[in-house]
Amino acid sequence: MSGIPGALDSIPLLGILFQLFGYVLANLQYVSNTTVAVAVPITLAALCGVMCERSGVVNIGLEGIMLTAAFVGWLVAAAAAGALGVGTPLPYFGITLPLIIGLIAALVAGMLVSLLHAWLAISLRVDQIISGTIINIGAAGITGYMYSLISSQSLVGAGQFQKLQVPAGVVDIPVVGWLINAIFNQGPVGLVTIVIVIVLQIMLFRSRWGLRTRASGEHPRAAETVGIDVIWLRYRNVVASGALAALGGVWLSMEQTGNFNAGMTQGRGFIGLAAMIVGRWTPLGAFGAALLFASVTGLSQSLTISHPTGDLGNLINGVPGEFWEALPYIITIVVLAGLIGRSIAPAADGQPYERESAS
Amino acid sequence: MRARARSILSRLSLRGRLQMPGWARSFGWLLAESGVAILFALVVGGIGIAVFSGLLPNHAPFDFGLPVAAYGALWSGAVGSTNGITSTLVYATPLILAGLGVGLGFKAGLFNIGGRGQFLMGTIGAMSVVTLLGNSLPGPATILLALVMAAVFGGFAGFIPGALKATSGAHEVVTTIMLNYVFVFVTYWAISGPLRLANSPQPITLDTGTRGADLPIILGRDGHAGILLALLGIPLIWFLLYRTTLGFEIRAAGANSDAARYAGMKTKRLIVLTMSMAGALCGLAGATTLLGVVHQMAPGYDTTIGFDAITVALLGRSNPIGIGLAGLLLGGMRAGAQAMQISPGVPAELVDALQAIILLFLVINMLRRWRATRPAGGSMAAHAESAEIGALSAEVAK
Repeated sequence: MSGIPGALDSIPLLGILFQLFGYVLANLQYVSNTTVAVAVPITLAALCGVMCERSGVVNIGLEGIMLTAAFVGWLVAAAAAGALGVGTPLPYFGITLPLIIGLIAALVAGMLVSLLHAWLAISLRVDQIISGTIINIGAAGITGYMYSLISSQSLVGAGQFQKLQVPAGVVDIPVVGWLINAIFNQGPVGLVTIVIVIVLQIMLFRSRWGLRTRASGEHPRAAETVGIDVIWLRYRNVVASGALAALGGVWLSMEQTGNFNAGMTQGRGFIGLAAMIVGRWTPLGAFGAALLFASVTGLSQSLTISHPTGDLGNLINGVPGEFWEALPYIITIVVLAGLIGRSIAPAADGQPYERESAS
Repeated sequence: MRARARSILSRLSLRGRLQMPGWARSFGWLLAESGVAILFALVVGGIGIAVFSGLLPNHAPFDFGLPVAAYGALWSGAVGSTNGITSTLVYATPLILAGLGVGLGFKAGLFNIGGRGQFLMGTIGAMSVVTLLGNSLPGPATILLALVMAAVFGGFAGFIPGALKATSGAHEVVTTIMLNYVFVFVTYWAISGPLRLANSPQPITLDTGTRGADLPIILGRDGHAGILLALLGIPLIWFLLYRTTLGFEIRAAGANSDAARYAGMKTKRLIVLTMSMAGALCGLAGATTLLGVVHQMAPGYDTTIGFDAITVALLGRSNPIGIGLAGLLLGGMRAGAQAMQISPGVPAELVDALQAIILLFLVINMLRRWRATRPAGGSMAAHAESAEIGALSAEVAK
């Protein structure tokens, strides 16, 4: 470091920022890989939230849906592997029959939990936050109970989905290659997530389904007068979106790891909820917010693993490590509080709908 | 296909309306209703135990004797002996205190999921006092100061989401959950940093007993004086809610925030105040647990009180007396769960599952009443943050 960079380093605040930038660039490969990986389950949870809330149903049960799906997927895959044998994996993603069976079971489980939420929220018109809380408590309790029962059985899991290998020639290209690697060096769920974000963004704002969904989230009575069956549409959206959160659970227990642990979602569903709000209830925005959160996580993990030197290192040494772990949550709160005036929920979000003829 | 699915759904949705007789609005009815929900939950939980009994060592699948044995152990572990009853009261203490905190939030239309963080901050507050004062003051004075500081720290943890909601409109459900994680890390930091016992090999705090700051044992083997605090909190919060202006304003803001504002109440200030008080109560729950039960904070110190308190508050319909009863029920389940895990070997996590099932049956039931008693049109109730809680608590209040 000499010349202009050296001169920049000596300016107090700017120097620190410059050093941080240099540090991020030097550790980009690690930071970007972590960022994408951390963002996947949060994005999937947020997309589930977008689909529900755009049609007018608040869903804070995302955490519970993810946890249930993670558990059911892992358990069914393990049981299938025990009954059918693992078999030879396909050349792509290490896909085996037990894993596919587990994946389907997880999606079904997620949709069933969502159906419970839909029934409570739409038909029974229970307070939707309470309904979501029941799902969260129930999912944690039931999976915890079952896991504790099964842990005495020494069950062997069915393994996990493998990541796509980007050719070494591409990975070695500085910056561009690293970023390509971060995006594509993922398992099937991670890759599909990016596709879902784009498809859902287009569907929500360019398709008939999207228009109807947004209409019933903004003004259900008006939607009903033009012939949209609001109740049925909300049911469909909530149940279908359960598959998205379930996919997040699958990522946790069958792609990132091959194991289940009690409470392994660790608040990702709630962070997804925040990402949805920060992303203004749009799929792309939610993805962006999830990436923001994940990049802070990636950076703070990187800071604890490879320590920076110089003034930046001194500054970071002065701050306890726990601060870096809490930073993503703090940033979420700050962004949420700062943005809330401009981030407006669908008008009928959380309000149960009752047909006029019924009252 | 679609029409058929819809007709099934509409049949599922309990469209029939009950005609509510006058006496139904009594507390006894609420109690009976909770009892029905608990009974249903126990039956469903029992079926669950029996279906998966084959996974336990030395048990046949579909062993319907197992749930009977498990509930028997749960019952005798909770109330079967003096130690059991003491244990129930000890478990119930933080549940009641934190439940009162969450219930107070419900009354004001606020959903406080931050019990976990507020509990932990209260624990840190109490531990800071004991660490700083050491033996310089007599034990009772240290305990008193520790409790006050726990309420202050917990109150601060509740103040933040309250202030955020009042100033920027950030929803307390999301901010309290995010803050839970922040406070968990603050706790880790405090244990390994400022509160760490000097010259100890691992990051661990001092034992409050060595500074004479343990809550005195007043009952049986381990029934600490914090029980009294919880029992005292019930009438105090009841008095606050139903016999003071502030309590009236809190209930008014919860029932209809717009109307409360038109009536001249400072609803934003009420939000901040209520969240702070809720946080202080959860902080006290943390302090009684520290000074009465655990005495020391080890790495990874955490709690499940946050979600348990939501169950307690919902089960108690946000009414202080109801919360007291619900806290005792859940405390008993927690105390009995330990015995149950040892003797028939059913995992203690059963209690977590039962909590959710109880709540599920409760809201299904509650809703019938809510739909039967509220005025037609639905829009008024829909505006309230937690409509049926507001409606029901208004009934209880009468």
